[in-house]
Amino acid sequence: MRTAVVLVLVAVAIVALPLVAPAYYVTLMLPFMAYGVVLLGLNLLFGYTGLVSFGHALFIGIGAYTGAVLTTRFGMRQMELILLAAALAAAAVAAPVGALCVRYVKIYFGMLTLAFGMVFYTFLLKFYRLTGGDEGMRLLRPYLLGQSWEGFSKTAYLIGPYYYFSVVILALATLLMWRVVRSPFGLCLRTIRDNPLKAESLGVSVPRFRWYAFMISAVYAAVGGALLATPTGNVDPTLAYWTHSGNIVFMVLLGGFASFFGPLLGAFVFIFLQDTVMSVFPYWRLVFGAMLAALVIFAPGGLMGLFARRLPVEVSRG
Amino acid sequence: MILEARNVRRLYGAFVALDGVSLSVREGEFVSIIGPNGAGKSTLINVLTGVLAPSGGSVRFKDRDIGGIGAVALTRLGMARSFQLVQIFPELTVLETLQAAVVSRLGLGSRFFASLAGDGRVQREALEVAALFSLHDKAHTPTRELPQGDKKLLDVASAFALKPEIILLDEPTSGVSTADKHAVMEILVGAAKRMGLRAIIQVEHDMDIVFGYSDRIIALHQGKVLADDTPAQIEADAQVMDMVVGRRRGATNTTPHPALSPEGRGRAFPSPPEGERAG
Repeated sequence: MRTAVVLVLVAVAIVALPLVAPAYYVTLMLPFMAYGVVLLGLNLLFGYTGLVSFGHALFIGIGAYTGAVLTTRFGMRQMELILLAAALAAAAVAAPVGALCVRYVKIYFGMLTLAFGMVFYTFLLKFYRLTGGDEGMRLLRPYLLGQSWEGFSKTAYLIGPYYYFSVVILALATLLMWRVVRSPFGLCLRTIRDNPLKAESLGVSVPRFRWYAFMISAVYAAVGGALLATPTGNVDPTLAYWTHSGNIVFMVLLGGFASFFGPLLGAFVFIFLQDTVMSVFPYWRLVFGAMLAALVIFAPGGLMGLFARRLPVEVSRG
Repeated sequence: MILEARNVRRLYGAFVALDGVSLSVREGEFVSIIGPNGAGKSTLINVLTGVLAPSGGSVRFKDRDIGGIGAVALTRLGMARSFQLVQIFPELTVLETLQAAVVSRLGLGSRFFASLAGDGRVQREALEVAALFSLHDKAHTPTRELPQGDKKLLDVASAFALKPEIILLDEPTSGVSTADKHAVMEILVGAAKRMGLRAIIQVEHDMDIVFGYSDRIIALHQGKVLADDTPAQIEADAQVMDMVVGRRRGATNTTPHPALSPEGRGRAFPSPPEGERAG
């Protein structure tokens, strides 16, 4: 009940924000919503399946570059189709990459995902003709619902139609993921997270379910990536760089991976905190590094864990 | 014949863990496998449950070769197992643990968007098993908060929730207090009857339990079957009793079993009795 009330209030605030807040803060909500989609997927893998990926920027990159390639090279500007193409491209890459990665767990899984992420980063950087190298590519303003919104200035486009488009995508992604984690499939993932040996003895095919989770998280990351790149209008290889993968893991930890909404809170706090800290202190990474250390030591359940009555998180496994 | 091992050998490098083991389990039987440490019991369980492929010989379940087919495939065929060291899902509740088994048995795991809570059949079957094992009062308790005995019971209950035809229990009373072990066995055997299991195989160190519940006892020694007979015949065989049980049964009744350590877990090998330890 309390969750429902909070959710309704948050939804009302998000919908009303462009009407009351300065444009600057409204545009800050765009990366929050894009990361929100990414993190919902990442947490299916992290919080629900127990696999920490350090390479998911790979799929953010795939989503972003899909948008850039389609709008600049193929003149395809429909955002709905871009998101669909981003999801398909991510699934096509995640199928073999995931099949390899999920055979490993813990640090080996993390390192393997990191390795694939670096391979893709290098591809983006070195295949200049295809990807624009370190300069990246332009991502032309996508059409939304078949409308080009040409009469809108860039800011008006972003804080108007694009903002509400992002809200809808985030809402759909949230609803869908809410169903996934409460499905029989979601339960199987949690058995694997808690005890793969026992899960297998109950007939749950551990590699297959890990692979499903990996695929879903990759699709979410790519959709989020396409959403993320549109406001800047440019994509470059740093989107796929490993520090970006680290950032999204940090966001999940910040919000709390044991909670469904934790990662969304993490994304929100990260974006707004980064903005605030950057404006007063040039070494914002120093602050974030210290925060990450404090978080792991004092609040392993993240911000959501601080709110919850007890902490269903076991940090030092084994 | 439900389960049959024929001349099974299993090598670890040059070490022969199982050396020509043959055994069979028939309809309605409760079979116990006993033997001292290093006799090959763990290897035999792993071979019988398809986790390890035999180096030689064959294992057949319902007339199919199951050598090394793996836990998931064997579960589908109708064999379930529980573990010596309690295996639970710490963050799941009792009910969720049982639901997971039901979901797996009904093949619902790939339903990505279906509502688990809205699936009446899964709920009902999970609750039924919880009731059979007297865990229904704790249905919504997170597993990690259960007392050790209940964790053990849940481990076994979740295997039962698969509605297997045959179940293999690896030390079902290890970690259970002396006072509770018979109650646990009564629950377990009662549940097996109610659910129509075709056979139970257990590996057990506790001779009270072994002699109290088995129809047949298979004694292993150094990778070979030393004896395969009824409890009465085994008890009458002084040589087997000496080599496998280690002492006369009267003595085992009064000595607390090494498995009953305070935590009841983390024990890969039984510790020696107090007297020997002091020496």
